[in-house]
Amino acid sequence: MRSVPDWLRRHPGLAFGLLAVLLAVLPFIVSIGLGRGWVRVLDFALLYAILALGLNIVVGYAGLLDLGYIAFYALGAYLFAWLSSPQFGLHLPFWLVLPSGALLAGGFGVLLGAPTLRLRGDYLAIVTLGFGEIVRIFMNNLDAPVNITNGPQGINLIDPISIGGFSLGARHTILGVHVFPPTFYYYLFLFFTLFTILVAMRLQDSRIGRAWAAIREDEVAAAAMGIDTRNIKLLAFAMGASFGGLAGGLFAAFQGFISPESFNLMESVMILCMIVLGGMGNIPGVILGAVLLTVLPEALRYLGAWQRAALGHVVVDPNDLRMLLFGLAMVAMMLYRPAGLLPSRQRRREFRAEDGAAEQEAASLYDAKA
Amino acid sequence: MDIFVQQLINGLVLGSIYALVALGYTMVYGILELINFAHGEVTMVGAMSALAVIGALLGAYPQAPALLVLPAGVLAAIMVCMALGYVIERVAYRPLRRAPRLAPLITAIGVSIVLQNAAMLIWGRSYISFPAILPHGSHPILGAVITDLQIVIVTLSVLIMLGLTLLVERTRLGRAMRATAQSREVAELMGVNVNTVISATFIIGSALAAIAGVMVSAYYGLGHYYMGFMLGLKAFSAAVLGGIGNLAGAMLGGLLLGVIEALGAGYIGDLTGGFLGSNYQDVFAFMVLILVLVFRPSGLLGERVAQRA
Repeated sequence: MRSVPDWLRRHPGLAFGLLAVLLAVLPFIVSIGLGRGWVRVLDFALLYAILALGLNIVVGYAGLLDLGYIAFYALGAYLFAWLSSPQFGLHLPFWLVLPSGALLAGGFGVLLGAPTLRLRGDYLAIVTLGFGEIVRIFMNNLDAPVNITNGPQGINLIDPISIGGFSLGARHTILGVHVFPPTFYYYLFLFFTLFTILVAMRLQDSRIGRAWAAIREDEVAAAAMGIDTRNIKLLAFAMGASFGGLAGGLFAAFQGFISPESFNLMESVMILCMIVLGGMGNIPGVILGAVLLTVLPEALRYLGAWQRAALGHVVVDPNDLRMLLFGLAMVAMMLYRPAGLLPSRQRRREFRAEDGAAEQEAASLYDAKA
Repeated sequence: MDIFVQQLINGLVLGSIYALVALGYTMVYGILELINFAHGEVTMVGAMSALAVIGALLGAYPQAPALLVLPAGVLAAIMVCMALGYVIERVAYRPLRRAPRLAPLITAIGVSIVLQNAAMLIWGRSYISFPAILPHGSHPILGAVITDLQIVIVTLSVLIMLGLTLLVERTRLGRAMRATAQSREVAELMGVNVNTVISATFIIGSALAAIAGVMVSAYYGLGHYYMGFMLGLKAFSAAVLGGIGNLAGAMLGGLLLGVIEALGAGYIGDLTGGFLGSNYQDVFAFMVLILVLVFRPSGLLGERVAQRA
């Protein structure tokens, strides 16, 4: 990569240190430079990074197109809400609830994966999409006759995460500076993001990661090479899903409120777009995609101010316009840079290959034949 | 009133609308192996533009006869959607024919976001109600009731499906479409202008979507910028149920899905002892979809395809 200056390349330790310092002070820079609301955006960017990295295991590594990923996020969030909110009067500590959410989501990942193993490509996409919608519809309707999810109103007053009596959900004064909950959650999310990155990196280069790549490229050949394709694919579903569940729990604690509306298909699609726009299968690319797609819609909120500055009054409500521009950006991105902003080395090769070879590769990547 | 017969009728009416939308999906998939995710949105645009034209006409001539206003609205919707279908294919799909399969899927999703939000900007966020110019007679049948509107919807759908079948089976364009679906390369070698055929497919599918959109908004009496999404998903499920890429399959799948949904919504309360109610109606489409794909991925009328050709 040319974008990295030479002196940084020669001193990776220094680069790493700079990055660490930057990440550590980022919420303070952001809240001073852009306003406190932007720290929340930052938190969501990290949350989406976890989600995108989790989905990347399923889509980017194993090549299984999953459009219902948000269901796992929902399961994690709802489990957190059930186990630590007034809904059932339970208030279990987060270090118990978060892993159970990941576990539950992972279990559902296997449950979804098992019957759909024979499907490939866009068929798999549609089945997972259906699964996601089913979960959402149940969350929406399971308030009668037994109130489990509280229906469309959602569950309120979810406990914030507190570590050793230090609640992340309250304002604290540290060294004379008021520090607000989003900043605390930033560090928590940062920790989990780094954890996710670590797991994703180790997985990618592991025996399992290579098996995933083999299945992604050619499932029949992979099976012929002695890979237990069934279990390896299930593992991809389970691993991806558990990160979704983990992120869901974090989301519930951070928001203090969840409702089925947060878990619609558009969210699944958005996470998939993060991966594709950033560069599928490539960890820095996926993170870049997650950050961009979280920040961009927020930044587009300034459209109203720009209109006022340029034309004297607001012509189009920025809230209405920003999703439109977002959709256009998605289309343009695919047309002009289909491999993503930071494609993985392998995918870049595929896109550069001779037309015939590229077509062949493309056909084998997402083969719809069931 | 006989609930079974009534739900059967409701299901068939809804099913014939699903079938019209499903045909659009299946034609495009048959030729390009592409899920045209934006197709549901095209349906929505059809409904909304018909509502706009009908509203404008009635505003200018309050006494205008329904038999004049309604076709004008439908015609306008068809025109708009045909143009839209053509543009979508040219801009969002054609440049990506050689790209990996995920790329056009993403642009399709992008296009549907754009269409939804454009519709919201143009027609607003609120529901638009269908003007009261529709026939509203009803007839008793086998202990149930069928309305004039339901009869019109079913008859029109059947006629359109017959027309489409004739078009595909009997005309030059239809033969070119079938050839392109079998093998784009060979069709090209035989002198078929593949690009024209693909454009034509999108245009025809969009015209069907426009009609279906008007039908849905007339049936429910409402139009909304978000209405295309669920309709699109269900129609896609219908297409898969019948065997995607297969015209007769899409028709059968649409009708079946409509009936399953209506009967399911009517009886789920009894079946589960009141635990689940008719608000789970939307679950059925996806349940059916998943079951079909798991047990018979090629759909009811589709051919079994080897894992590797």
